[in-house]
Amino acid sequence: MTASEPANPWLSWDYVQNNWADISEALGQHVSLTVQAVVIAFAIALPLAMLAHARPRLAGPILGLSGVLYTIPSLALFAILAPFTGIGRTTVLIGLVAYALLVLVRNILVGLQGVDPEIRDAARGLGYGPTRVLLTVELPTALPAIVVGLRLATVTTVALVTIGVVVGFGGLGQLMFRGFNSNYHAEVMTATLLCLAIALVADLLLAVAGRLATPWVRTGSGA
Amino acid sequence: MNDDNIVGQALVWLNDPLNWQGPDGIPVRTLEHLTMSALAVLLATAVALPLGIWLGHRGRGGALTVVAANTSRALPTFALLLIFASTAIGFGNRPTVLAAAIFAIPVILTNTYAGLRDVDQDVREAARGMGMSGRRSLALVEIPLALPLIGAGLRTAVVQVIATVPLAALVGGGGLGTYIITGLATRRFGEVLAGGVLVAGLCLGAEGVMAGLQHLMTPRPMRPVGRRPRRAAARVARAQS
Repeated sequence: MTASEPANPWLSWDYVQNNWADISEALGQHVSLTVQAVVIAFAIALPLAMLAHARPRLAGPILGLSGVLYTIPSLALFAILAPFTGIGRTTVLIGLVAYALLVLVRNILVGLQGVDPEIRDAARGLGYGPTRVLLTVELPTALPAIVVGLRLATVTTVALVTIGVVVGFGGLGQLMFRGFNSNYHAEVMTATLLCLAIALVADLLLAVAGRLATPWVRTGSGA
Repeated sequence: MNDDNIVGQALVWLNDPLNWQGPDGIPVRTLEHLTMSALAVLLATAVALPLGIWLGHRGRGGALTVVAANTSRALPTFALLLIFASTAIGFGNRPTVLAAAIFAIPVILTNTYAGLRDVDQDVREAARGMGMSGRRSLALVEIPLALPLIGAGLRTAVVQVIATVPLAALVGGGGLGTYIITGLATRRFGEVLAGGVLVAGLCLGAEGVMAGLQHLMTPRPMRPVGRRPRRAAARVARAQS
């Protein structure tokens, strides 16, 4: 992006320095909303996926329902929630959790279903019960797929937080919209770049954490 | 809690004949919404489909599709929309159509590319062995075999675009998002709820229609039968995510 007018540059270090308090507040809100949403969504998705895995008949309805939630546009979902949960943080958080849910449930389920049947049989042959097989064999084996799901969910959530602007809780989206309304290019661009940076950093952190948690994948001999 | 009250207000709003006519009426806004969506999808298809077919046919550019998909996931649509609207593109519907189109490109591109890449190498060689030129093999063999995945990409793109267009209301554009934004600004939550339900309904309806179209577009022998649909669906899902 090059400056279209000299008086209103897209990138301005002065803006960042003079408004750091403002920016860091929006940044903090953005990050905390993302983290909370992903953690809550994961806490719901994990048991749901395990249930769908243990009772395959429930897999269709669970995936279908989260698919319907996912199809509803974020703006519409916030609009449907806002009259009931009020204008503010809760509304945004519920919306974000709803979107992260589908990605997480689907990836965890794919991971669990992708476990080599021979590994499962071996564990059963060692006398493991179904719960123990799930917790000590299937879940660890499915970890790479789960990490992929977490990364996807986190990156999309970072982008989605900005729509929270319609109920006044959009993190960096707040800055973008304010900058847009006052025709302040630097504010829009800084917030956009920070959004990209959060997504990138979160993705990297999760990727590294995933690698550390699954040392057997790196050797290439694991399942 | 006055939940019933808001639902009641939304029902009253939806039943008000005044909201069903004129330039701000539901039919006009819906048509506007669909026109903007159609434009965005056409734009995106015009760019992504030939590019995807070419890259997939040549077997190159896998990295490009991955980068495009990842960037579009991390870059908020809202940000791009505001940036477009602050430039010479101007306020209103035009930046929205452009932003929606840009976010639909990776979806179509990735699926088209994957569809052509997934064509069995043996099939490709058989076509060449029968004396087909590269272009004939592409038109008669490879594209028909890639159709299910291309269709899946188009379907996702259409639904995604219809879901993105409501943002137009934030930059002074039209479409069904106007009810939500006006309602929030004037604290008329009945209208907000009604607008939200209309947009959600349009998206779910579009998803249904596109699922039907995708079924029709898939050549009959390639339609999922019996136990295969689940695996096909899972593969499509993975290609999309």
